[in-house]
Amino acid sequence: MKVCRVIGNVVATAHHPSYDGRKLMLVRPEGPRGETVGDAFLAVDNVQAGPDDRVLVLTEGNGVRQILGKEVGPIRSLIVGIVDDIDVPEPRA
Amino acid sequence: MYLGEVIGTVVASAKTPGLEGAKLLLVQPLNEDRKPAGAKQVAVDTVQAGVGDFVYLVGSREAALACQPTFVPVDAAIVGIVDDLERTVGAS
Repeated sequence: MKVCRVIGNVVATAHHPSYDGRKLMLVRPEGPRGETVGDAFLAVDNVQAGPDDRVLVLTEGNGVRQILGKEVGPIRSLIVGIVDDIDVPEPRA
Repeated sequence: MYLGEVIGTVVASAKTPGLEGAKLLLVQPLNEDRKPAGAKQVAVDTVQAGVGDFVYLVGSREAALACQPTFVPVDAAIVGIVDDLERTVGAS
């Protein structure tokens, strides 16, 4: 899973039926201290995430189908958690 | 899933079995600022998109699952036409 920041919402009237009623968000991968570590991508929300939330994103289709049901087809990224805190101890000198 | 812009159509008369009837479009992937990100690619269309449309796509095996029947030989599929991209953080 990837730690990401929610940076936007996508509104799409014309979409594949698998996306009916689902909230699609723009997320950007972040490191443990909030630094950007990759390009933004889209993910379906499964945990009522909001703007600027730090979230956990599953990016593997089989795992997504395990959560949403196997009849769900073309969804590859799913927000599965809202991150409260990440603790990374400083390396010892 | 990722954003892209449809920049052209692709016609291929000789296709591998499973791809017959598939509408193929040339897509430029875009980043969160709607700037080009990565190489142009061919994607199968499932939402009647056209040239100039701002769309989102799904890649890899999930692209095949967007098609009827599934398990067709594709690795990118257009699965939505973006009406509005609302940036809530870091809008430029």
